[in-house]
Amino acid sequence: MIRVWSWGALLTGLVIMVLPLVGMTEFSLRMRRGEYSFDAYTKVLADPAFQQTFGYSVIMALFTIAFGVLLVVPTAYWVRLKMPWARPYVEFITLLPLVIPAIVVVFGYIRLYNTSSWLPLTGTAMGTNVLLMFGYAMLALPYMYRSVDTGLRTIDIATLTEAAQSLGAGWITILARIILPNVLVAVLSGAFLTFAIVIGEFTMAALLNRPAFGPYLQVLGANRAYEPAALAVVSFAITWGCMGLIQLVTRLSKHTRAQS
Amino acid sequence: MAYLDIHHLEKSFGSTRVVKDFNLGIEQGEFISLLGPSGCGKTTVLRMVAGFETPSSGAIHIEGQDIVNQRPNQRKIGMVFQAYALFPNLTVAQNVAFGMKVAGAPRAEIDARVTEMLALIGLSDLGTRYPFQLSGGQQQRVALARALAPRPRVLLLDEPLSALDAKIRVSLRTEIREIQQRLGITTIFVTHDQEEALSISDRIVVMNGGIAEQAGPPFEIYNRPATKFVAGFVGTLNTFTAIVTDPETGRVTLGGVPMTLGKPLTARPGTQISLALRPEAVRLGRADGREVILPARITEVHFLGSVIRIKADMAGTPVSLDTFNRADAPPPPVGSQIDISVSARDVIVLEG
Repeated sequence: MIRVWSWGALLTGLVIMVLPLVGMTEFSLRMRRGEYSFDAYTKVLADPAFQQTFGYSVIMALFTIAFGVLLVVPTAYWVRLKMPWARPYVEFITLLPLVIPAIVVVFGYIRLYNTSSWLPLTGTAMGTNVLLMFGYAMLALPYMYRSVDTGLRTIDIATLTEAAQSLGAGWITILARIILPNVLVAVLSGAFLTFAIVIGEFTMAALLNRPAFGPYLQVLGANRAYEPAALAVVSFAITWGCMGLIQLVTRLSKHTRAQS
Repeated sequence: MAYLDIHHLEKSFGSTRVVKDFNLGIEQGEFISLLGPSGCGKTTVLRMVAGFETPSSGAIHIEGQDIVNQRPNQRKIGMVFQAYALFPNLTVAQNVAFGMKVAGAPRAEIDARVTEMLALIGLSDLGTRYPFQLSGGQQQRVALARALAPRPRVLLLDEPLSALDAKIRVSLRTEIREIQQRLGITTIFVTHDQEEALSISDRIVVMNGGIAEQAGPPFEIYNRPATKFVAGFVGTLNTFTAIVTDPETGRVTLGGVPMTLGKPLTARPGTQISLALRPEAVRLGRADGREVILPARITEVHFLGSVIRIKADMAGTPVSLDTFNRADAPPPPVGSQIDISVSARDVIVLEG
């Protein structure tokens, strides 16, 4: 009896989650009447606007990852090493992006950094890009912080730090040569999640009026039939590719077996 | 002033004084052990020398220079930890090279030093391995090589053998001592294992409750313990109650038998004092030159090979004695009545 229910639950899950994906993929292949083709894909991929927006989002994602790593790794390290009492507070702060909607944050940004404010970041394209990157980094904070913190838990950072110090290393050397390489797998998981978030993000980019992939997806969806479905499939492929890479990095890392 | 001089060192965590007025002078090339039970402050002293803890007061000088205000990475002190603390992302050779690389030494010099260090610890062909591919003993030897590679002024060993199994522990401690003597490096070794401390140290500092109870060579610590704590902590001890008859000449009666301790006592006549004897100072039967002979009954016999450990009951007082095995003299049976003999010279008076 239990078996029947298990299969039932699995089937329901598949119907709810997989069937729409299958339907969408099938639809994206039907641009040419009467036969399946990749027309929608070739059309979308050849679109200069796609290339531009996708390129923009990829670059933004890379900057966001770099900024996120520089912000999160030293913070998580320092909190674990010197301020363990502050961990619950820092965790709470890093969880805030999950409960504060992006639209609230972006309105806050616009209000605080508009052209008549003390720091007019929205006055220039570069300033707005920087602002958007901060926004993205904030959205990715819960994932980045958690994965790095989990990575730090697997190594004895206090003793490794002391060992490095007794060998003459300063804080930057310790972070760059000892801590970061040992949590690299965790950092990369955080980085791929960040990448996936940035590629699909709509609200912030749209409201800050930046030519990102999310708003492009929306504009295309409002005006075309088959191309949006093709793009959605491409987005899914990117996200799943990122997930696959996380798995791959975890397996290929040569020295992490020592921690198990 | 000694090479490494610790002067009136104090450390408090909140209202708890962990280290109290600790003084120690260590000569260059000396091997000092800090011995004591958990929580006696020995590791805290070591960590203050390393720079990982800041003293509440007091001074630490190396070569006449006060290092208390120096950061740990400026002190040129090598340290080996109980948990090995090898960098998991670096190979054995890279671990050993780390200190010199940080110091900016030329590549050729680093390579030569790494080769030299790996040969010193007998792991020349394991340079390309990662720490997880090594056994505990090998990891700790690499940690030792890593600490020694940048030519530190002082080597600190924080219970480096505690995580290893018994056999490796014994062989590695001999190896550590050999390497230390070959390089002539000033070393502080923290341990709670008295056998380790007794076997490899030039001097031992026995610590208890944050104070140094006694400092001296192993022979002196074992045979002439200065306080009751040192006597009880280092080695096994038989304690007896004796009655003082004449404090000035040190005359007491032990089990009704008079004996002269040969040194004046502070206790008043007629009062009880505690006397102690090492198991090897108590002889089975009557022996020449041992003036006190007492009757006892054998309660346990443990044949350990070269040594026979006998427990006896002497008018209600348990006595433990060790004798060497002799092929022509089998150990006495349990329950038999025997005489034991002791000499006043071996008696340790526990007044403190």
